[in-house]
Amino acid sequence: MKHWIGLGLWGCLVVFAPSSLSAADIVPMRFVAPNGMTVLVLEQHFLPIVEIHSLIKTGSAQDPPDKAGLANLVASLLDEGTTSRTSKQIAEQIDFVGGSLEVRASEDFTTASARILKKDVDLGFTLLADMLQHPAFHKQEFERIRTQILGEMASDNDDPGHVAMKAFNQLVFHGHPYRWPLNGTEETLGKITVADVAAFYAKEYVPGQVILTVVGDVTVDQVTGLVQTYFGGWKKSPGPARNIRKPGVLDKKTVQLIEKDLTQSSIVLGHSGINRTNPDFYAVSVMNYILGAGGFSSRLMDSIRDKQGLAYGIMSHFDARLMPGSFWISLQTRSETTNQAITGVLAEMRGIRDAPVSDQELAEAKSFLAGSFPLRLDSTAKLAQVLAQVEFYGLGFEYFSQYPRWIERVTKEDVQRVAKQYLDPQRYALVVVGNLAKSKVKH
Amino acid sequence: MIVQLSQHLTTWLLLVVVAFVAVPPAQASDPLEFLLSNGMKVLIVEVPKAPVATVQVWYKVGSRNEVMGRAGLSHMLEHMMFKGTNKYPNGSFSRLIRKNGGMDNAFTSQDFTAYFENLAADRVGLALELEADRMQGLVLDQNELKTEREVVKEERRLRTEDDPQGALVEALFAQAYMSHPYHWPVIGWFGDLDAMTLEDLQRHYDTYYSPNNATLLVVGDVKAESLLPTIKQLFEPIPRGPEPKPVLTMEGEQRGERRFLLKREAQVPFVMMGFRVPNFASEDSYALDILESILSRGKSSRLYQSLVYDQKLAIAVGAEYSLMQTDPGLFYFYSLVSPGQKVEQAEDALNREIRRLQNEPPTDQELQRAKNQVEAMHVFEQDSNFRHAMLLGQSESIGAGWKRVDQFLERIAAVTAKDVQRVARQYLIDDARTVGTLIPVPPKQPEPAPAAAQPGKS
Repeated sequence: MKHWIGLGLWGCLVVFAPSSLSAADIVPMRFVAPNGMTVLVLEQHFLPIVEIHSLIKTGSAQDPPDKAGLANLVASLLDEGTTSRTSKQIAEQIDFVGGSLEVRASEDFTTASARILKKDVDLGFTLLADMLQHPAFHKQEFERIRTQILGEMASDNDDPGHVAMKAFNQLVFHGHPYRWPLNGTEETLGKITVADVAAFYAKEYVPGQVILTVVGDVTVDQVTGLVQTYFGGWKKSPGPARNIRKPGVLDKKTVQLIEKDLTQSSIVLGHSGINRTNPDFYAVSVMNYILGAGGFSSRLMDSIRDKQGLAYGIMSHFDARLMPGSFWISLQTRSETTNQAITGVLAEMRGIRDAPVSDQELAEAKSFLAGSFPLRLDSTAKLAQVLAQVEFYGLGFEYFSQYPRWIERVTKEDVQRVAKQYLDPQRYALVVVGNLAKSKVKH
Repeated sequence: MIVQLSQHLTTWLLLVVVAFVAVPPAQASDPLEFLLSNGMKVLIVEVPKAPVATVQVWYKVGSRNEVMGRAGLSHMLEHMMFKGTNKYPNGSFSRLIRKNGGMDNAFTSQDFTAYFENLAADRVGLALELEADRMQGLVLDQNELKTEREVVKEERRLRTEDDPQGALVEALFAQAYMSHPYHWPVIGWFGDLDAMTLEDLQRHYDTYYSPNNATLLVVGDVKAESLLPTIKQLFEPIPRGPEPKPVLTMEGEQRGERRFLLKREAQVPFVMMGFRVPNFASEDSYALDILESILSRGKSSRLYQSLVYDQKLAIAVGAEYSLMQTDPGLFYFYSLVSPGQKVEQAEDALNREIRRLQNEPPTDQELQRAKNQVEAMHVFEQDSNFRHAMLLGQSESIGAGWKRVDQFLERIAAVTAKDVQRVARQYLIDDARTVGTLIPVPPKQPEPAPAAAQPGKS
C-alpha cells in the first residue's frame, strides 16, 4: 500500500496564505488512489471544522424501470447499520460529538457526508468509510425505512407544489428514468427486495465511482493518511456499464389538471432542458436570469408579482443534469387568476425569444452572475459540494477562475439565440393543481 | 424528513431556503461594538475567510408590536420597504444590489424585522447607503400597497391556507395566547390585511424605523476601522426617533389544558402540543435548551428513537424551543403520524417521553451529548457570515444583548441532570398545555369542470 499515492501528484499542491480565499484561489489538491477513488482536498484553517463529502456516481437515473426508488432506498440505508455498527450506534456516535451525517440521493449522483469538528475528524472518517464500505442492509431496517419512505410519499401529497412537479416530470421525461420521483412510487417501492438493494450496492458502490472531497481544518498530508487508513482496504472493482439514453422531447402541448381543495393553483409549465456540459450553459444561465431566475429583478417577477400582484413567488429554472434535464416555471396564484398568470408566463417566454434583451438587462445579469459567484462558496459545506460537482461534471478546476469570463463572453445575440433554441411557448407541459372548478384552466 | 415549524413563525419578503432550526445561541467571536450619537448600535465582526460579507439591519418591531385588527402590519411594512424612496425609486434597491453581485431579502418574526444584503466585501458600502436611505426616506404609495397586499395574501394562502401544518401552527398560537400579541400570526389575518391603510403603515414606520430602535451588523471580510467612518457618515445624520412604547399586554396564567381539532383535506394526521415556558430572562432557559436537545436533536435523540425508530408511529417528530424571544414563548412538540397509525397513539407516546423525563433525570451520557451538540453548533454557526450575524442581531433585538450569547456556553455547561428533570416537572405539565390535532378529511368531490378543461391530458 505504500504506492497508494503517486508521488508526482504532490506537484499539484499549492499553498496559499492570502488574507481571504477568493474564488480564483480555489485550487484543490487532487489525486486518484490505486483503487480508483478520486480524492480532492482543500485546506481552510479559519475554523476548526471539517467537511468530508463523498459523491457516488449513481442515482435514480440507474433505477431499473420497474423499481424506481431503488437508488434512494440504498442511500437511505447506508447509515442504518453496518456489519459492525447498528443504526442506533451510528447515530449515537455522530450525535455525541455534535457532528452530522447526511446521505442524499439525486438523479445522477448520491452524496454521503460528515460534518465534524477538527478534533473528531477520525470519527468522521471512521463512520463515513464504514457506511460506504460495509452497509449491512438488515431485513428489519430495510422494511422500516421502506415503510418510512412510503409515509413520506403520502405526506408529500399534502404539498401541492410537490404534486405538481411530480406530474410535470412524468410528462416531460416520459419513458426515461428521470420521470419518477427520487423515492419512487408506492407501486415500484413495493417491488424492491433486500436482494435488489444488495445487488445495486455491489454494482454501483465501487471506489472508482467515488469522489471524496475534504474541505476544512486539515492538511493534505493528514487527509492522505486518513484516506489510506480508512479507504485503503476498499478493493478496486470495474465500474458499472452505463446506458446513456437521453430523455425524449415533447412533440405537442400536454396539459394535466389535478383536483385538490385549495385556495391557490400550483402551476408548473415547461419542457426539456439542457445538460450541464452543454456549451450553451452560460448563455442559458444569463437568459434564464433575465427571464425568471433573477429574484426581484427578473421579468417574471416584475410582471406577475410586482405589476399584477398575482403571486408571492415565481421562478424559472433550468435543471442542468448529466443528461438533458428540464426547464420549468413555477408559481402559485389564487384559483381565480390561474389563466391570467399562465397567459403572463407564456407572454414572457415569447417576449425573450422575439426581441433582444436590453443592454441594461444583459449587463445586470452578467454582473450579478459573475459577482455573486463567491457567495456560492462561502461555507465549508458549500465549497465541498461545488468542488465535488465540478469534478463530477468534468468542468475542470479552472472553473473557479474562469467562471466570470465565461459569463462575460455572453452576448445579446447569444441570449436571443438560446431563448429561441431552448424555450418553446408552443410545445410545453402544463400542470395545474388546485380547485379546477374555480380555476377554469383554458390553456 | 424534517418538519421545520419555526419557518411558520417567520415570514419572508420572498420565500428562501434557509432552515430555521431552533438555533441555540452560542458564544461567537466577539463583535466590535459601537454606539452612534443617534442611539443606533453597530456590531462588526471581521471574518477574513472569504471576500464576502453580510450587512443586516434589525428593527425591534414585529407582530408583537401590533394591535388587534391590524395583525400583519409589520410584515406588510417589510414588503413596502422595497417600494422605493425619492432617491432610489421602486425596484432600484434590489436591482442595484443584484447588479453588484449581491442578494437581498428581509424577514419578519414575532419580535423583529430584519433586512439583509449578502455580497462581495468590497461592496458593503452600497448596502449601507441603501439601508440608510430607506431608514428615513421611504415613499409609501397607494397603488403599490394595493398590489403588494395581493402579493401578501398569496403568501398567506401558500403558507397557511393551503399548508396543513402551517395552519395548525397558526391555530396553536391563537389558542395558547389569549391576550398577548403572539396570539396572531406574523403574516396577519385576511380581514386585517384588507383593512390596512397607508396611514397605518406610515405610523408604524415613523414609530419603529429609527436608528435608536435598530441594530446594524456587518459580518465578513471587512475592517471595522475603515468601515466605521462610512457608517457614521451615512447613519448619524438620521435623527433619533421616538422611544417606542413598551408592549404592556401580558398573558395570564393558563389553568387547564386547551385542546382543538383542525379538519381539512390532508394525507396524514399531525399533532402538536405547546407549553408556555420562560425565555432567556430565566435561568431555567438553559436547562430547557438542553431538554430540547435530549428529546430532539439527531437520530439518537429520545423522540426519534422512540416514535420513529422503535414504535414506528411517526414519519417525523420533534421538540422545538427558542429561548431567544422578547416575551416568553412556547416549548412545542410535533409528530407527523405514519400512515395507518393512530394520532392518539402518537400523542400518548409524546406524553410518555415527557413523563419519563419527569420521573428520572437524563443519563450522564445524554447530558454530555447535548452539551457537546450545543458547543459544536456554536462553531458550525460561524461558518456562515449570514447565520453568525443573525444570531447577534436576534440577541440584540429581543433585548438579550449579544454578550448574553457569549455567556451562553458557560451557562449550558453548568446545567445538571437534576435541572433538566426539574424544568420538565415545572413546565411540561398538562394544565399549561395546548394540544392541536390535524384530522385529515377525504378530498371533496370535485364540482364538474367546464367542458373545455376536463381533468386529464389533452
